Amino acid sequence: MSVDINFMVGGEAGQGVQSVGFILAKSFARGGYYVFADQDYESRIRGGHNFFRVRVKDTRVEAIAEPVDILLALNKESIDLHQGELAKGGIILFDGEKIEDISGDGNFFSVPLERLAEEKAGNKLMANTTALGAALGLVGYDFELLDKVLREHFGAGEIGENNIKAAKAGYEYTRENFKRDFDYRLSPISDTKRMLLNGHEAVALGAIAAGCKFMAGYPMTPSTSIMEYMAAKAKDFDLVVLQSEDEIAAINMIIGAGYAGVRAMTATSGSGFCLMVEGLGLAGITETPIVIVDGQRPGPATGLPTRTEQSDLEFALHASHGEFPRAVLAPATIEDAFWLTIKAFNLAEKYQLPVIVLTDQHLASSYSTVGGFDLSNVTIDRGILFSPEEAGEEYKRHRITKSGVSPRAFPGQKGAQVATDADEHDEAGHLIEDAETRTQMVQKRMCKLIDLKKEIAPPQLYGPRKAETILIGWGSTCGAIREAVDILGQEKASVNLLHLSELWPFPAEVVAEALSNARTSCVIENNATGQLAHLIRAETGKEVSGKILKYDGRPFTPAYIVREVKKEGC
Amino acid sequence: MVAMTDYAGSKLAWCPGCGNFGILSAVNKALVELNIEPHRVLMVSGIGQAGKLPHYTRCNILNMLHGRTLPAAAGAKIANPELIVIAVGGDGDGYGEGGNHFIHAMRRNHDITYLVHNNQVYGLTKGQASPTSDLGFVTKTTLRGATMPLNPLALAIACDASFVGRGFAGDVEHLANLIKMGITHKGFAFIDVLQPCVIFNRKNTYNWYRERVYKLEEETNYDPSNKAAAFNKAQEWGEQIPIGIIYRKQRPTFEEQLPALDKGPLVKQKIEIGRIEELLDEFL
Repeated sequence: MSVDINFMVGGEAGQGVQSVGFILAKSFARGGYYVFADQDYESRIRGGHNFFRVRVKDTRVEAIAEPVDILLALNKESIDLHQGELAKGGIILFDGEKIEDISGDGNFFSVPLERLAEEKAGNKLMANTTALGAALGLVGYDFELLDKVLREHFGAGEIGENNIKAAKAGYEYTRENFKRDFDYRLSPISDTKRMLLNGHEAVALGAIAAGCKFMAGYPMTPSTSIMEYMAAKAKDFDLVVLQSEDEIAAINMIIGAGYAGVRAMTATSGSGFCLMVEGLGLAGITETPIVIVDGQRPGPATGLPTRTEQSDLEFALHASHGEFPRAVLAPATIEDAFWLTIKAFNLAEKYQLPVIVLTDQHLASSYSTVGGFDLSNVTIDRGILFSPEEAGEEYKRHRITKSGVSPRAFPGQKGAQVATDADEHDEAGHLIEDAETRTQMVQKRMCKLIDLKKEIAPPQLYGPRKAETILIGWGSTCGAIREAVDILGQEKASVNLLHLSELWPFPAEVVAEALSNARTSCVIENNATGQLAHLIRAETGKEVSGKILKYDGRPFTPAYIVREVKKEGC
Repeated sequence: MVAMTDYAGSKLAWCPGCGNFGILSAVNKALVELNIEPHRVLMVSGIGQAGKLPHYTRCNILNMLHGRTLPAAAGAKIANPELIVIAVGGDGDGYGEGGNHFIHAMRRNHDITYLVHNNQVYGLTKGQASPTSDLGFVTKTTLRGATMPLNPLALAIACDASFVGRGFAGDVEHLANLIKMGITHKGFAFIDVLQPCVIFNRKNTYNWYRERVYKLEEETNYDPSNKAAAFNKAQEWGEQIPIGIIYRKQRPTFEEQLPALDKGPLVKQKIEIGRIEELLDEFL
């Protein structure tokens, strides 16, 4: 029988929900399972309600699911809020000595978490680790795997030892006292090693792999994790990570570094990207390669700071006054986040323009097991570089060429004065006013789109090659929509998915053809207006017939999509 | 040897008599006297009449957006510390639009030189008040007179800028010398330049300045390393206006504290596929 179990750890900020969830996920990944985990947290450091979901399968998994099979409730609020999501036969594990007035049926199992932590580990604050042990005891997992992960997480010292004691106490208590019939059993299935990482760790790894040397940014959820990861690795990997005074400084700093010849990036969220827009146009007119990660969250303004949304697509496509070429990429999975970040750096340098990578809070903070990254597939393409030794004539930074791409020299090279300007300029980079040069320079820049478009990988079709209904998504919703297609397929519905992760230049021909092959079509987007549907209409002239839109700040589940597809009748 | 002809730039488009001419002469003179070849120099400029200066000399040019000179100058310096980076802008550019960058660039102490052409008025947009316009200065946007001016020198000292100087566009010799000291200074060298605007500022004219400026280096007992004294000196305005080095303090630059630069400039470190195998293993 196949395995598909959903754990949820719930508690208030400060109770270690994140640690417990992550260690749980890691322990199952070590046992050869596929894991997908996501986080839901409030914009506060203590209190409130947070939860961490861990889905464990013996086959590939790329989305969260409803309902909850095992709820680790670290406080009463977690029970009140999530009791209704419990699967038939599921269990709520809680501390009956601390949480009273529980109403419900036989789904509860009480473990004296605080008392055990106090007695066995000498610290009642380790009750969360005791809950972790109890959860693994409940499914009969191998304690040795948890032991090892705890040791790595908390270190080999006293804190590590005490956490292991706390976990062991919970584990043993459950093994001795839980006597009910219980369908959920998990034991390690293989020693296959898979990475467990989140979307922004994948972005940061991709950036380092691509030779990014300079990162400037201003802390903002959910993008901060990229900066923090790179800062932690700065010393060993020869990176410079600079926390700037604001986002305006961050983008202008990376423009300075990009102009000087170094691969440079920034990461922010929507309202930080708002501040960067002036600089985006500067990168456009000065043809400076830069990479910007926009980790989307619900807006406008501060919106829901710790939640997810896909509402910056049209903003990323059109941000800045004036017209200039750009590329917009939106990773579909955690694996994709690694590869598309590398691609972003290559496109930025090859075509000398800004590249925007759209992630979102869901992708940023969700963990997934990934088989690994084959580094032999990584390529570095810096585009056409100017060599002063070879050139007989005077260097012109913005030389007009057939492709629109001018050979790039870096300031400091003898024989090449590298001049560029925020003003419209001539080939040499000096500001101009005349109409003829202006026209030539606009054409030069815009014609880069012709070759750039050829770099865009066509969107992949998932499910049957031809179907009655085509679902269309972009970015981080991929896993949930794919699973929905699988479920609908099993129910004999004729449905497939066209998913886009390379959005601009828009692969209009492929999308148009896919739409023509289906009777009905439906976009699935984490926004209120159907931004991809607008883009499809603008670029293909075709109207998508249905829209499944979600803008409550929460990610899609496959079951939600299945219900909506049926309701829409599309 | 580098000669003035090496720094001959394109055709000038400033008003006849503009203070910018004196500043341009002083910049070129400083670079020539320091024997710096043009390809080693990067000038990062803003928007305004001052922002055009790099085009009128000969070096690498990054002509930025209004107010954004300093972040780009810092980014370029971090990418390649071998470049001699000079940021150039006006008072509106640096003290208005770019005020936040000004504060933080000084705080971080990037090893760059920052010249502010301070004519106390907006020239390019035709005569509006600037952050440094004198109190009561009447313009088309400040009909009842400008509000209290910003004191850039006092602000710089408060931020512990490692080099704070003031020059006068009407004294090229003195200004060139100050710029030379700024370029050779290790750390953020800020030089505010008193610059007459012959079209829109009929108050702070060449003669007005000539009657008031005096050179600090001619004062035997002035010690620019004394922060309190420097702060007092920065308050002087009106009858007596000091020029020269107001404040100087040696402290580590931002760039020299970056371990990544130990192996040489980032731009000279080969861009290659990152050695990330060991990082990938950390996720197993």
